[in-house]
Amino acid sequence: MIHPIPPGTRDVLPDEMRELRAISEALRSTFEQHGYGEVWTPTLEYEEVLRTGDESAAGSSYRLFDEGGALLALRSDMTIPIARLIASRYADTRPPIRLCYVAHAYRAVVRGSGQPREFLQAGIELVGAPPPDGDVEVVAVALAALEQAGLRRYRLGIGDGSLYRALLESFEVPAAERLPLLEALARRDLVGLEVRLQRLGLAPDAERLLARLATLRGGPEVLDQVDGPLSGAVENLRRCYELLAERGLADRVIIDLGLVRDLGYYTGAVFEVYDPAVGFALGGGGRYDDLLGRFGRSLPACGIAFDLQRVHVAQTEEERLG
Amino acid sequence: MTAVPDQDAARLTIAVPRGALFQETLGLLDALGVDTAELRSNDRKLLFEDIGVVTMRPSDVPTYVEHGSADLGITGKDVLLEQPEREVYELLDLGFGRCRMVVAAPAGADGLDESLRRLGTARIATKYPRIAMNWFMETGRQIEIVEVKGSVELAPLIGLVDGIVDLTATGKTLVENDLAEREQICESSARLIANPVSHKLKADTIDDLVERIRGAS
Repeated sequence: MIHPIPPGTRDVLPDEMRELRAISEALRSTFEQHGYGEVWTPTLEYEEVLRTGDESAAGSSYRLFDEGGALLALRSDMTIPIARLIASRYADTRPPIRLCYVAHAYRAVVRGSGQPREFLQAGIELVGAPPPDGDVEVVAVALAALEQAGLRRYRLGIGDGSLYRALLESFEVPAAERLPLLEALARRDLVGLEVRLQRLGLAPDAERLLARLATLRGGPEVLDQVDGPLSGAVENLRRCYELLAERGLADRVIIDLGLVRDLGYYTGAVFEVYDPAVGFALGGGGRYDDLLGRFGRSLPACGIAFDLQRVHVAQTEEERLG
Repeated sequence: MTAVPDQDAARLTIAVPRGALFQETLGLLDALGVDTAELRSNDRKLLFEDIGVVTMRPSDVPTYVEHGSADLGITGKDVLLEQPEREVYELLDLGFGRCRMVVAAPAGADGLDESLRRLGTARIATKYPRIAMNWFMETGRQIEIVEVKGSVELAPLIGLVDGIVDLTATGKTLVENDLAEREQICESSARLIANPVSHKLKADTIDDLVERIRGAS
């Protein structure tokens, strides 16, 4: 007799479980070797606490009442719970603090989209390490973990979540026009972005840069596209790239000026990980220097997380190719 | 989740829509130097591996592109508006397949308006439930959506609904069915879309193609 489970959730049986466990162990042990201690936090949190980290409660989609009538929510990522943890359990610890996790998170899905609503993430959070060194450490650990998991063809895109906002400001785009432009960029609607920019009547150079930024991706040469008085806006990316190159990781990295992650709390570097075998990013993250302050312990922080199921697809494809 | 077929960074797979946008898409592919002879002659075959083309209905194009089964795709803006959650890059307005999304109702006395006024709601048939719902919500009116799969024009003629939301290019089908356009919701045309991962990992190949299309049009 077949009993249903909610769409977007699944059972994992031993054959798959063995492989998933091997991947999560490869990632986790790499994190641990680099000094990231593993933590668990509750799957259920107070909705209000998640909301402290992000107005939309980090996109939390599942809420319920406990027996006392308090509003609980299923976490939609691990970054906000760890920010809460740092503020409450590491209030006096000297930074930097390095933590890692392998944990389920929950998001609503559109019916029929084939996306999971319960997904397993493995990730790290580095708290108290400012840019560029903190950014570079997170990227280097992430790349080492993918290598350990048996992936060979991955690339990591690195951008700056505050870059477009900064450029709009320096070109004196009216405040009311900025949000629709940022939204178009986040939706990857480059046609809409161009149409809106044309209406603003900016200087031709400014309009061209703002329209092209979303497609400026590649090696360090893309940084030269943002030049003159604006070059400060990409200074951190330039430093990150140099430091990654010193570690011999340059050919793994794509500099991507158009990269924006849709979560609301990124303030600096943003990351996304790609593999040719998977049509979606394997994972992502970035710098969120304002988040911990909202929980009462103001520290710069940076993190990255992988979707284990997607890493698994990439890894099986890697094995098939031999 | 399934692995997408392995291929080198210089090769692209393009999802091509059969239907209203097909002929002009073929013209575009010709202009790019793709051999479309087999594509033109065989309307049952779906996968044309040697030229990197897959054919499908326009509303499926964002699905294949989002999952990376195709690196690029061509589809209507109407399709993208109806599926806003799809994570794809919208790279170019290709300029062809121009049409408008409109509200239409039986010509003559405005039954749609009367239903809204006297009954507080109206019934609208459409193949685009989200675009229709958003439009009436944004304009502060309550409606009930009746989703149909084809020949939307029929629905108001025999009393299923008060009006329709549909695409029109010339307005001819509306007129032939005694319907009159009441409101324009938006304009649509063909768009070039890209899978986000392909857009990063095959950047040079995709940028080169986009430049050639910009040059060709």
